[in-house]
Amino acid sequence: MWRHILKRLAQAIPLIWGILTITFFISHMAPGDPMDMYLEQQRQRQVDPEIIELLRQKYGLDLPIHVQYVKWLGNVVKGDFGESFRYRRPVLDLIAERIPYTLQLTLLALLFSTSLGIIIGIVSAVKQYSALDKGVTLGSLIIYSIPGFWMALMLVLVFSVYLGWLPTSQTRSMDYEFFSWGQKIFDRLWHLILPVFVLGVGSAAHKARYVRNRLLEVMNEEYILSARARGLKEKMVIFKHALRNAMIPLVTILGLHLPALLSGSVLIESIFAWPGMGTLAVGAVGGRDYPVMMATLMISAILTIVGNLLADITYVALDPRVSYEKKKPV
Amino acid sequence: MKRKSRFKKLILLGAFMLPGSGHLLFKKNIKLGIHLLLGTIAIVLLVIFRWDRFINTFQSKAVDHWVAAIFIILSWLFMAFISVKHTCEFLSDKMQKPRIKTPLFLASRRFKENKLAVVSLYVICIFYLVAVLAPFLATHDPSAIDNVLETRYQSPSWEHPFGTDEFGRDLYSRALYGARISLSVGLLAVLIAILIGTLYGSVAGYFGGFIDNIMMRFVDVFIAFPTFFLLLMLVGVFEASIVAMILILGLTSWPGTARFIRGEVLSLKEKQFTEAARAIGLPHRTIILRHLIPNGISPVLVSAAMMVSTMIYSEAGLSFLGIGIRPPIPTWGNMMSSGKDALLVAWWVALFPGGILAATMLSFNLLADGLRDAFDPKVLMRRFL
Amino acid sequence: MLLNVENLRSFFFLDDGILRAVDDISFHVNEEETVALVGESGCGKTIAALSIINLIPSPGRVVKGKIYFNGQDLLKMSPEKIRRTRGKEIGMVFQEPSMALNPVFTVGYQIAEVLRLHMGMAVKEAEREAIRLLGETGIPEPEKRFKAYPFELSGGMQQRALIAMAVSCHPRLLIADEPTTALDVTVQVGIIDLLRHLQKLYDMAILLITHDLGVVAEMADRVMVMYTGKIFETAPTVDIFAEPKHPYTKGLLGSIPRLGKGSKHPLQGIPGAVPDFLDLPPGCTFHPRCEFGDRDCRKKFPMLLAVDYIRQSACYKHYKM
Repeated sequence: MWRHILKRLAQAIPLIWGILTITFFISHMAPGDPMDMYLEQQRQRQVDPEIIELLRQKYGLDLPIHVQYVKWLGNVVKGDFGESFRYRRPVLDLIAERIPYTLQLTLLALLFSTSLGIIIGIVSAVKQYSALDKGVTLGSLIIYSIPGFWMALMLVLVFSVYLGWLPTSQTRSMDYEFFSWGQKIFDRLWHLILPVFVLGVGSAAHKARYVRNRLLEVMNEEYILSARARGLKEKMVIFKHALRNAMIPLVTILGLHLPALLSGSVLIESIFAWPGMGTLAVGAVGGRDYPVMMATLMISAILTIVGNLLADITYVALDPRVSYEKKKPV
Repeated sequence: MKRKSRFKKLILLGAFMLPGSGHLLFKKNIKLGIHLLLGTIAIVLLVIFRWDRFINTFQSKAVDHWVAAIFIILSWLFMAFISVKHTCEFLSDKMQKPRIKTPLFLASRRFKENKLAVVSLYVICIFYLVAVLAPFLATHDPSAIDNVLETRYQSPSWEHPFGTDEFGRDLYSRALYGARISLSVGLLAVLIAILIGTLYGSVAGYFGGFIDNIMMRFVDVFIAFPTFFLLLMLVGVFEASIVAMILILGLTSWPGTARFIRGEVLSLKEKQFTEAARAIGLPHRTIILRHLIPNGISPVLVSAAMMVSTMIYSEAGLSFLGIGIRPPIPTWGNMMSSGKDALLVAWWVALFPGGILAATMLSFNLLADGLRDAFDPKVLMRRFL
Repeated sequence: MLLNVENLRSFFFLDDGILRAVDDISFHVNEEETVALVGESGCGKTIAALSIINLIPSPGRVVKGKIYFNGQDLLKMSPEKIRRTRGKEIGMVFQEPSMALNPVFTVGYQIAEVLRLHMGMAVKEAEREAIRLLGETGIPEPEKRFKAYPFELSGGMQQRALIAMAVSCHPRLLIADEPTTALDVTVQVGIIDLLRHLQKLYDMAILLITHDLGVVAEMADRVMVMYTGKIFETAPTVDIFAEPKHPYTKGLLGSIPRLGKGSKHPLQGIPGAVPDFLDLPPGCTFHPRCEFGDRDCRKKFPMLLAVDYIRQSACYKHYKM
């Protein structure tokens, strides 16, 4: 098993190198160079050409592209992502401030969607072809099809604007500083309800469909028939023998859902004015703040790889077959 | 004899003027007849009610009006042609060819049994028709602004079914024009993605070994990027015009298709017919294009339908963030963006474009579901017998 | 009589018609007896076996009939009661051991689970008993194998583990569905010996379902021949091999390759193919492939009637044989 994990870690390294390289070259595909784009965006064309030249030199944009690439790669490996054009601060600091908010949102959404998806999936598989099952199957497709940002707007309209039960945006109330310790936690959770729900519900619908189909597939396996022929109780057959087999591949699905959740968080964050990586990235695109754009892209991809790696390791730990095959290839 | 031939001519004329009448007269293939007739009626009504615009088209320089008008004329000619051709067959009393149960025929029969999927296919067709005919269906000029203070934020009414936005523009007409952007971006981007993905994946899978390894590592890197962050970067580098948007969306989403086409090809490669094709000395190109891709294409169609839905979503999302296609060109995304700012005063600005967007995405997902079931029927377990 | 099946019909209700997988069969199994249900694959024998423990897969169900086990009708039992019969009173062994064992639990766990459930054993006790059973079924190093996952065992060992599971609660009847088909020939002998050994040890009756007449000759006391969901002939094993009274049985016997005396004769098959269940020939379902088939055979399916005092045959022309 450890060998398998080490192998996976080793495979991740060229992947990360690929990510860095693609990021660098996309950002240099722009007509002109990043500085041109930035200045054009800032409508500062009338800046003294000498100052522009100085800025170019400062950011190393006057060097040939391969030199820039090597230098940049070296800096990134050392953890230096450059300085934001707009905030005039190290990009890493900016991201370090934002990333906890994004992780908070996506991990909670992952938890929410997984638990809801599994429960609904099991219920509708156990009651296959019932009205409930058909309702869930169609309903999950409908929910999955609703664009998250529109759903967010509509829920804000209903629950915040008309009913006034939930906050419209932000991570905390205006008078947060004056709250007691318990109130602070409650206030945070209260602000998390809508964004987490909207971010997670589509993925929950997807998982419910997956769990249902997978469980039904497993229920047709011969070992389920054999378990029943041994007189096991139906509950044990479903919740132990079938579910264990059906759940293992779900771990992989969790890993695959992570990039989708990160993607979704961009829109959700901007609706709820959530100070995460998504809003940072959108702001950077609006202002053509290249170092920040590159950093958010890289970090989001690296987060995805880490997520997949974790999913993979969990899979190996859960399924006895995988590590065995690695041990003794037949 | 003479009388009979005159009678025949009369029927053919009827079939030409009123496509579908021949089918109903002979009570053959009535379903097609009704479709043709309904199409004809729709065209006639559209032309009568929008006669002035239809006529003005031929003096104007607006390309979209020309496209819509030519589309109307061509579709009528097409329906008339089908109608006359079939009616000729009925008149000469030719036997219809018996249908062979090809896999495609069986799949289409299974598809038709899935009512939801059929309905969604109709909805999609209607949406595309509406998008093409938007200049004739719109009740107002989508970008006309006058007397903003009086006309802004009017709630839905007969005059403005979806209400008006902050500049007093008719949201119904804007939504019709918005459909053009969303639907065409979705379709064209998917075409690009499928084309590149299928070729890339089948080449990798067919040659295998080192080439496959290198090609798939590249795909792995691409897939690791969360779509939206990648799109943000690309939109930041290139200005987001409509063409750029199609290219950006298409060029970022082929790796998924490539990956599973490769899997499909890897398994097809082991099948005997591929070996046979290789044994008779066909070139690689022919084997890939003629033997492997056609056999592995059905899951591609399923994923294409789903991808259209994601593409439309991505385009709308970017426009919603204000970094995709920008106003004044109406898209569902930027309409919702202005709806977000007006959420407290005018709920309808965000509601309607988003609702149509959701309906479109749902239709494509239902279509994908129906296609999947049609191509991959759950065979009954016979192993116990 | 331990098991008595009367007029059993199990149908599958499909979109394109009713599939009569088991169509009006009656048979019995005595205590400690081995009865073989023989037929080509796809003749409904597995469905007949699954009908007994009421586990036919979904679009199918038992339509009619009575299944007396120990004097009680299994079809009238409550689901809970029949569940307690399964595994405890009636054990079952499957064709494909690699698919009949749950891949994510250890072999030992799966045996101990049955013991805890039906015998009310404690965890430690069940573990000890499971290891003893593994040893008894001829698995070397049972303590080590107890902790093994199914995929870590060979096919023969998997089948032994499955048999250990099936006999763990000392059932009165063991249903063995093609117990040797998926295994190598060398392993098959061992499994047959094991089943015979366990039968004597636990005084079990065995309902053996197979298409392999070699296994039948090795194990069975009586044979029932099945075709298209119906029983065609029943007779003691010795007699059926010596003198079949149904043309289908004769055909089956003729298709066994033999060494020695008969080897000069060419191998005889049965002409034609097994008909589609949804499109069975009228009358006797075998008549299109039968050497004696004529107009009479098309009218009505022949009843299973006594030919002499020990055997029955469902054929109008059995006197010709």
